[in-house]
Amino acid sequence: MTPDELSQLSVEERERQQGFEHCLNVCTAASCLSSGAEEVKKGLTTAVKEKGLREKCRIRGAGCMGLCSSGPLVALDPEDVLYQHVGVDDVPEIVESLDTQPVPRLLCDTTIPFFQRQKKIVLENSGRIDPERIEDYIAVGGYRSLARVLTEMDPDEVVQEIVNSGLRGRGGAGYPTGLKWGTVAKATGAEKYVICNADEGDPGAFMDRAVLESDPHRVLEGMTIAAYAVGATQGYIYVRAEYPLAIKRLRQAIKQAQRLGLQGDRIYETPFRFTVDIRLGAGAFVCGEETALIASIEGGRGLPRPRPPYPANHGLWGCPTLINNVETFANVAAILREGAGWFSSIGTEKSKGTKVFSLAGPLSRYGLIEVPMGISLREIVFDIAGGLPDGKSFKAVQTGGPSGGCIPARHLDTSVDYESLRELGAIMGSGGMIVMDESSNMVDVARFFMEFCMTESCGKCVPCRVGTYQMHTLLDRIYNRQGTKRDLELLSELCEVVRETSLCGLGQTAPNPVNSTLRYFRDEYEERLVSDGVRGPSGDPLAQVEMTP
Amino acid sequence: MTHKSIPTPDSFTLRIDGTDVVAQVGQSILEVAQDHNIGIPTLCYLEGLTPWGGCRLCLVEIKGSGRLLPACSTLATEDMDVTTTSPRIERYRRTIVELLFSERNHICAVCVSNGNCELQTLAQEMGVTHVHVPYRYPTLLVDSSHDGFRLDHNRCVMCTRCVRVCEEIEGAATKGVGGRGIDSMIINDLNEPWGESDTCTSCGKCVSVCPTGALTEKGTTFADMAKRRERRELLPYLTQTREGRR
Repeated sequence: MTPDELSQLSVEERERQQGFEHCLNVCTAASCLSSGAEEVKKGLTTAVKEKGLREKCRIRGAGCMGLCSSGPLVALDPEDVLYQHVGVDDVPEIVESLDTQPVPRLLCDTTIPFFQRQKKIVLENSGRIDPERIEDYIAVGGYRSLARVLTEMDPDEVVQEIVNSGLRGRGGAGYPTGLKWGTVAKATGAEKYVICNADEGDPGAFMDRAVLESDPHRVLEGMTIAAYAVGATQGYIYVRAEYPLAIKRLRQAIKQAQRLGLQGDRIYETPFRFTVDIRLGAGAFVCGEETALIASIEGGRGLPRPRPPYPANHGLWGCPTLINNVETFANVAAILREGAGWFSSIGTEKSKGTKVFSLAGPLSRYGLIEVPMGISLREIVFDIAGGLPDGKSFKAVQTGGPSGGCIPARHLDTSVDYESLRELGAIMGSGGMIVMDESSNMVDVARFFMEFCMTESCGKCVPCRVGTYQMHTLLDRIYNRQGTKRDLELLSELCEVVRETSLCGLGQTAPNPVNSTLRYFRDEYEERLVSDGVRGPSGDPLAQVEMTP
Repeated sequence: MTHKSIPTPDSFTLRIDGTDVVAQVGQSILEVAQDHNIGIPTLCYLEGLTPWGGCRLCLVEIKGSGRLLPACSTLATEDMDVTTTSPRIERYRRTIVELLFSERNHICAVCVSNGNCELQTLAQEMGVTHVHVPYRYPTLLVDSSHDGFRLDHNRCVMCTRCVRVCEEIEGAATKGVGGRGIDSMIINDLNEPWGESDTCTSCGKCVSVCPTGALTEKGTTFADMAKRRERRELLPYLTQTREGRR
């Protein structure tokens, strides 16, 4: 395929779509599917067929529309109507009303801040295209950035464009993406690799899953552009096996791209070749750490190794390797389409662009949102999510999963950017955002995340393997009102040791939930302590026995 | 001063603990330090085996790096400024040793390696007289199914020296790690009794490299110093094998 043929295909597909008077987009991402979207889609298809409206009406399985709390969602094009909580019983009424007024009972107000305050780049096509058809993606301008990159730009120019955009890694740490690309581009090696990290494992996080399920070609296009920029010919998507729908759609997407010559040899009739393969994660959280991920792709046990050397110089099979997160790659095509200047005009001074968050917790509205960097936490919790229902009061918001921290109400006006969140003892993380009300006990919250880290520790380094176990024991003890002041001191000491001495990010950040809850909710720990005299210093008589040979 | 201290075209200088020292290209910080008799505590490291970086005892400060880095697996580079010890690092090392003692059942008095144990020596050198964290007292099995050797999980520190020597030197790859996190265990083949292993050549290298009493030869007593001697003889062999591979 040539770029001209791509434009031709795009025009044809748009004309085909305009041939329909109505298009009913049924959300078929995991959340809506689990509340019955598949039945709704089938029902709509049958009803339309029975009414003889097949020529007029297109039923399209689309990606995530964001407002998971109101699913299953059905959006009508071009009427711009959104129906919520659609059940199979509602199908006849919807089909009946297609040429008249929409069904008022099912209407979802799209003027609410949940929709109005978002800024969509990564999710721009999510819910608007059929993720299982490459033609849908091409119709909205997909693969055009890749065509431009391959025919008009040098690899250096592509790297420079990403540098200028100010894009930072969306996996959590926020390392400048352009700098990483530049390092891999400069590294020497017979072979280079591009890896997409889709091993999303934080509890309550589902951003990457939604992107892969809703717009898989976007990630493939980003990876292909990256491969051209750094000089790689082979790519891997490391996706966790717990995401069967995302895997299915990725597989389809790769096949479709190969069929159209957008992957494989001579992409767009240029000498550039690039192939993407899927590798499935077997459920280990630590495999989201880049060196463990590489070990896992190589077929070994998913264990991290000390850095340096960084994967950019010494990665997969010892070759220079670029590893970026799903959301990072999903930004690339848009940056090259609209320009680095456009991208860097969004967000704050140091954090550019937007960030996708998965909102969970006792909120009026929850689901998937994409907001510009620099928005305040208050706006997210109280405007976009509509606050907490039933008069519950806000207690804390947890960002960054087991590596993150809890932010109390008094810091709600903090701007959402990498630096500000880090200052509060939390992190941006990959985008999980869990809101807690007054019924949550913060010692329990810290214990939950510590248990997660303990069970997910790979066991390679001592501080993480034993330290997380000991911290969990202490938290358990304190939560059960058996801990002493000395236990609390010991907990703080262990937090420091584990943070400073662990081998990889898992251990280094495991104490964050404890540290942040200790910082903002220390009273909840202290009110559970018993006096020192009740138990010995460590509760263990043998601990006092001197150890000599 | 060893021969490695003499400047060659492949040598450069760096600072360790305020002293300028000569290093060869490709040497780790630990190797340079050992060449110059600067002591850095180690446990999982063993000369001749691929560095593992798991015990975290050899962590050192490097000026300009925000994090502590393991000396065993960090390459020395020109003009590096390394600090091998400080009150902070010593505190961390002590805590790590305490964590190791708390993890399994290290009862020196009934151990065949008493007086000949690297964990015990580390504790003595660091002045660890108390363990401040709660002991776990896990219930662990002892694998005595092998004719000549015994694997006592109670005394294992998961340094994986045995795993590495079995794969890298003997080429048998009998030993491996099973389980995850705190439940990690040294296993034989696909977690079979050692005596039933098809791949084990009974070479005994794993026993020689074990820093504690986890891997022992049957019939040895706690006063038996054979193990230590044997280990000394193995080192040059390991080094030679590695040099040959380079």
